[in-house]
Amino acid sequence: MAAFVFLLPALLGLIAFQLLPMVSSIFISFSDWDLLSKWTQIHFIGWDNYAEVFNNEKSYTSIKNVFIFLVGYMPIITMLGIFFAVVLNRNIRGIKFYRAAVFVPVITSWVAVSIVWRWLLNGQSGMINYLLSLVGIQGPIWLQDDHWAMVAIIAVTIWKDIGFVSIILLAGLQDISEDYYEAANLDGASAWNKLWRITIPLLSPTLFFIITISLINSFQVFDQVLIMTNGGPAGATSTIVEQVYRNAFQFNKMGFAAAQSWVLFVIIFSVTMVMQWLQRRWVVYER
Amino acid sequence: MLKKSGVFLLIAIMVIISACGSNKGNNAESSAPASSASPSESASPSPSESASESPSDSPSPSKEPVTIKFLTYTANGQEETLKAMVEAFQAKNPDVTVDYEVVPYADYDTKLTTLLASGSEPDIYEVGYENFRKYAAKDLLLDLSPIIAADTTFNPGIYKKLAYDAFNYNGKQMGVTESFSDVVLYYNKDLFDAKGVKYPDASWTWKEELEAAKKLTDPKAGVWGTYAPIQFYEFYKTITQNGGGVFDANGKPTLNSKANVDALQWMIDKASKYKVSPALNDDTFNQPDADLNAFVAGKIAMVRFGIWNFGRFKDAPFKWDIALEPGNTQKAHHFFADGLVASKNTKQSEAVWRFLKFFTSDPDSVSKRIAAGWSVPAVADDAVLDAYYKQTPPESKKIVIEALDSLVLPPVGPKPEKWGELQSAVTEQLDKAKLGRVSVQKALDSAQKSVEDLLSK
Repeated sequence: MAAFVFLLPALLGLIAFQLLPMVSSIFISFSDWDLLSKWTQIHFIGWDNYAEVFNNEKSYTSIKNVFIFLVGYMPIITMLGIFFAVVLNRNIRGIKFYRAAVFVPVITSWVAVSIVWRWLLNGQSGMINYLLSLVGIQGPIWLQDDHWAMVAIIAVTIWKDIGFVSIILLAGLQDISEDYYEAANLDGASAWNKLWRITIPLLSPTLFFIITISLINSFQVFDQVLIMTNGGPAGATSTIVEQVYRNAFQFNKMGFAAAQSWVLFVIIFSVTMVMQWLQRRWVVYER
Repeated sequence: MLKKSGVFLLIAIMVIISACGSNKGNNAESSAPASSASPSESASPSPSESASESPSDSPSPSKEPVTIKFLTYTANGQEETLKAMVEAFQAKNPDVTVDYEVVPYADYDTKLTTLLASGSEPDIYEVGYENFRKYAAKDLLLDLSPIIAADTTFNPGIYKKLAYDAFNYNGKQMGVTESFSDVVLYYNKDLFDAKGVKYPDASWTWKEELEAAKKLTDPKAGVWGTYAPIQFYEFYKTITQNGGGVFDANGKPTLNSKANVDALQWMIDKASKYKVSPALNDDTFNQPDADLNAFVAGKIAMVRFGIWNFGRFKDAPFKWDIALEPGNTQKAHHFFADGLVASKNTKQSEAVWRFLKFFTSDPDSVSKRIAAGWSVPAVADDAVLDAYYKQTPPESKKIVIEALDSLVLPPVGPKPEKWGELQSAVTEQLDKAKLGRVSVQKALDSAQKSVEDLLSK
């Protein structure tokens, strides 16, 4: 009883700001609530909103775009993350400075990052295309070109997230005992063998964590898209959360938006479950 | 020990909760007189009588002080003017306090929607024509018709009829026009003089515009003959200039009509074929305000801008003026009307009506608005507007009024609540045509299909 009393303030917050909205969003997702009608004027329309999530072209495109994002983002961030972690794991002068430098984008707000990158990526006056022109490449109008906009979004997201991923992996690396490498050296193992047979298996719990977190974050891509491209051009960077926001607050389709968020929840939940299942096959726990 | 502190905490929480509760009770009590007074006020036999009462009279019991809330976006940047206008109103109506809030346009819709959703919307709020249609269709607005009919001192003729009627929904006057704006052709006189080209006039069509633009374009100096962005608002106006439209007279979508296809082709050709406009892959012109800055820098000879930009070019280092926009088969000009509406749930309809009248048409309020250059009040009296005409540049300021003869309203269509989605669906196809991914015909065929789908639901 006493424990419950102590928990009460936290529980009240949880109920008021998390559980209650979540439960009501289930009801809303089966309704035609338009945000403007009173509760008494709402009609319940069964599974119509959910059918619409897959039939509505824009909603379907946004789901497709998120998977395009994943395909570009996941492999690169994982490999680059390992690369940076290994590089930052050395004991050289000023290593703390480099570690901090890599981490700076992580603690910068997405809004600021997006606005700066919008300038850098400007087709005519942007720094990126200027640098490309130095090596004789005529860069595209990144954010206004439907073929390149998603590439730009992926690149900027990797730039921002790489610090987080590599710092976590670095911690994982430092957790691996030197003994294994000394033993391997005695046996004359190559650097390649040490990487594949010692580093990667012993890093696998950390890798598992990073991949799961990155997957979940990728499904929720929103800030950078809204600010850098506003979902355009021609819907090329429209994502699920962007569509949820637009339907809920711009098109007054609260019911549909709630259904979209629940579909997003189911997608993320299933992906996480699959990851959990795969975990048994490749993640090695030392202790 | 643990148990003891637990009990203590419990008591502490209970004290806090009960304190909150009693606070709420107090609030409810203190606000009760104001709300209980209002029914008697609105039930008073003739609101016009109480409105015309001179404020110096000793306050009668029916004139208990009331507070009305007012939410606005056009006052963003004109807060001082708004304050002066509200103070002028309060001086004449000492029983009314106006509690106003200014929200920037970018956040306005979200904020207002949230307030409406929670039922805590202000008594009076500002809406553009498109949102007016939406809110009226959702039955959120107070029908002012009975109040207007009862008010013998009020004459709708004081407003520009078009602007006043824009806030009439299915025969019910559900708002009062506050100001209007339109879009006209701005031109840089110095550039025209340098090339010896005649200034644009009302007789111009796209053909004359193109001929002049060809002479004015100077790629070496980075000067473009003419410019208009390729986006939804520009699209619906340009197709009207070619005799097309988003909807026909019966509200059926006609996006892929021949006239529309030709008009969109013309918008694209100006850049890609005739090269008198910045190239479509010129990212500079995708940045906010890039076109305004380019005009100030003397890099564009002719451009379509809203009249709200006059102030920006006041100190431009060249002579400029405005003209009617060239059309193809007919003229067409954007028309945007901002108005004030009252919430259906307001308890102060009498005070609200007094404020609406004062704010939108009283000479005291209108003159302040004109002096501050805060859009054009939609009043009919030319004498009042004279002060506005006299503010130059541009010299041909009466063009602003002449453009109204060929105005085109935003094509909200038969389902106002779908306006946002309609706009987004058409924009997507305009993007595709602009990027050259699909032909103009194909883009508009797809837009037609999207809009048909949208309206069939």
